[in-house]
Amino acid sequence: MSNEAVIQHGTVSHEVHEHHEGHHHETFISKYVFSQDHKMIAKQFLITGMVWAVIGGLMSVLFRIQLGYPDAHLPWLEDIFGHWAKDGKIQPEFYYALGTMHGTILVFFVLTAGLSGTFANLLIPFQVGARDMASPFMNMLSYWFFVLASIVMLASLFIQTGPASGGWTVYPPLSALGDASQGSKLGMDLWLISMALFVVSQLLGGLNYVSTILNMRTKGMTMTRLPLTVWAILFTAILGILSFPVLFSGFILLLFDRHLGTSFYLSDIVLSGKILPNEGGSPILYQHLFWFLGHPEVYIIILPTMGLVSEVMSINARKPIFGYMAMIASMFAIALLAFLVWAHHMFVTGMNPFLGSVFVLLTLLIAVPSAIKVFNWLTTLWKGNIRFNPGMLFCIGFVSMFISGGLTGIFLGNSTLDIHLHDTYFVIAHFHIVMGVSAFMGMFAGIYHWFPKMYGRYMNNTLGYIHFWVTLVCAYVIFWPMHYEGFAGMPRRYYDYSNWESFKQFVELNKVISFAAILSFLVQLMFIFNFIYSIFKGRRVTSKNPWGATTLEWTTPIRPGHGNWPGEIPEVHRWAYDYGKDGMDFIDQTTPVGKDESKH
Amino acid sequence: MSTHVPAGYKWWTGGKSPYNVSYGKLMMWIFLLSDTFTFGALLISYGTIRVSQNYWPDPNHVFNAFPLMGHANLPLAFVSLMTFILIMSSVTMVLAVHEGHKRNRAGVEKWLLWTILGGSLFLSCQAWEWTHMITGSHSVLIDGKIQEIGATITQNPYGPVVPGMLDSHGHAVTMPGPVGFGGFFFGITGFHGFHVFSGVCLLVLAFFWTRGGRFDRLGHYEMIEKIGLYWHFVDLVWVFVFLCFYLI
Repeated sequence: MSNEAVIQHGTVSHEVHEHHEGHHHETFISKYVFSQDHKMIAKQFLITGMVWAVIGGLMSVLFRIQLGYPDAHLPWLEDIFGHWAKDGKIQPEFYYALGTMHGTILVFFVLTAGLSGTFANLLIPFQVGARDMASPFMNMLSYWFFVLASIVMLASLFIQTGPASGGWTVYPPLSALGDASQGSKLGMDLWLISMALFVVSQLLGGLNYVSTILNMRTKGMTMTRLPLTVWAILFTAILGILSFPVLFSGFILLLFDRHLGTSFYLSDIVLSGKILPNEGGSPILYQHLFWFLGHPEVYIIILPTMGLVSEVMSINARKPIFGYMAMIASMFAIALLAFLVWAHHMFVTGMNPFLGSVFVLLTLLIAVPSAIKVFNWLTTLWKGNIRFNPGMLFCIGFVSMFISGGLTGIFLGNSTLDIHLHDTYFVIAHFHIVMGVSAFMGMFAGIYHWFPKMYGRYMNNTLGYIHFWVTLVCAYVIFWPMHYEGFAGMPRRYYDYSNWESFKQFVELNKVISFAAILSFLVQLMFIFNFIYSIFKGRRVTSKNPWGATTLEWTTPIRPGHGNWPGEIPEVHRWAYDYGKDGMDFIDQTTPVGKDESKH
Repeated sequence: MSTHVPAGYKWWTGGKSPYNVSYGKLMMWIFLLSDTFTFGALLISYGTIRVSQNYWPDPNHVFNAFPLMGHANLPLAFVSLMTFILIMSSVTMVLAVHEGHKRNRAGVEKWLLWTILGGSLFLSCQAWEWTHMITGSHSVLIDGKIQEIGATITQNPYGPVVPGMLDSHGHAVTMPGPVGFGGFFFGITGFHGFHVFSGVCLLVLAFFWTRGGRFDRLGHYEMIEKIGLYWHFVDLVWVFVFLCFYLI
């Protein structure tokens, strides 16, 4: 932290001066802790997200040890985890807790808060041309509610009965009855409280994102001149604002069922030989409420990365993004369809087959806007002067992953096939590729690309290349074989497969998958090393616009102060994608349109 | 034949465009949209459980009491009064916002007080209704025995009448009704009541802000308008709650 101040003093003196212009003196607390500056809040989200990613990733390493080496006894596990890893073997309760928390942490804390929180905060004011968010105070609250949620969730890892262990979807009755399992006790309550705080954080953030984008644009920045990153974040924020409250309602009812004896989700249950008085409720109701968020949630994760990738790809291909309006239209279509397909997660719950077929149709329709986007990315690359820096490589990796994972989505979206594939490793493979790995790839692209804007330094390229290639190869080695396991009927969430004759064929394969998982985890640690090292020791950025980009954030000083632009906010005269136009490498958005300039 | 529209053509000619709002008001609108989904989810959940039951209590029978009226059968009279009070509080809120536009501090204070009174009265009515239901005593046939119970989130005395059976007071004895009734009724009206309570707190805050001259210093009474939006929304939600629990 102290280095940051040193770096600032190291820059030309007038920049340091600009930093304080029009702002009262900042203390350490107001600058780094309770900051209301969107750039600092972005960094806070990013670093908190990274801490969670390491914790969540480590969990996956632990349960992959169990899956790959079910017979191994590793004494060091017992040294660390005590009775949770008795005899050096991960115990079933621990295994389920690991899986549940891995999902929760990665989906919500890393790929929702860590991703949207970082790039929405960083890029919205920069790219629309605003001094800060509409309400910097609410923005700060949004981060601190996330921290509160994080603390509660983290605390649940250390209680005697352990964290929630009923899967990240916390279906009742398992989650509604404290006596149903170890993880359904206090851990489940903390999980729900943490998620409620998380929803508040998302709401505060989302309100800010939408109103800043709609209301705070600089002069000339019409909606159709916005970079696609901002469009993507706008749709993401709207999805969050409309879907998280439904989850919130679902959680209220679940808390009632847990503690006040209501029967919203419970009916006709016998627990340990005792007939429970609950009747009339429906666990399927919870699934509807959950997936009404749960499905838009996957787009909350993937849409921002689509925006990041479009932007980074266009810059590094030195070409305008292909089909700007089609990109917006397809994101709109995806956002709309996101609300109409949730029940495709529930084909096997006994829903009316006619209703199922409606959801099949709507689900398969998402392939259309998705394909449009992929086509546009490929045509953006076509005949571009591609700069293969780590950011660009991750963009290409994103498109590769999105295609691979998207195609298997078409399998799962068919209710007839889904009956066979439901809850198998095919599903695991599908969603990890399409929203896990590809979202991470997009996020990495964003981090490598905007790191110079965040810290005034570059990340190390060599480590970046190693990071990309190892991640890409490992991701396919981990998840590709899972498709075959799923086809063979191998169910997800089982503790040990070695006793089934039909799954013995996968013993060696599971070892390979576990090995690749551990390797990919290690290479992420290398990325984090690169990140931290580069903050302090990375190569300095020497020009305002190192990538030759057109958008407004690159017109700010190298290390912009609170308020972003030292003088007036620049006026915008053109869209964000004038690359390679009229023989020019790029024309930034603040350049007025020339008289004899060609139309794009 | 297509008509040519010149560039920069003003589509909106009716004074200030309704879309031209400050970010604060925009945030309130978006928040209300979000809250619509919260209530929507709860009411739809209620609907799905209710239609899955063979029997559901008749609101005309459940909500037939009135304070100080003993056992008189006055279906929906009390809830109509509650609804009337809440809607009137919306009217006084409109007047407060109107006075705010005119920057008339005394007027704002006056109408805010009336609105606070309306909100508080509504909450008091709800408190009475809840108490009446919870502490009520109805003869219900449970496990072959007649027991006296009220309506709570875990028990429902408003089941079908047991034919030919009367309790010691000569009242009809019922079977227990679906337990979901109490859960949803108290859950949703409680959640709405919590919104009204938050609204009253905001109004009290706004009253003291107005009194302290905060909005005169700011030069506008937009905060009153934003709280007004929230207040009308809570009113509107009540209309749906009223419809779903009392009318159908």
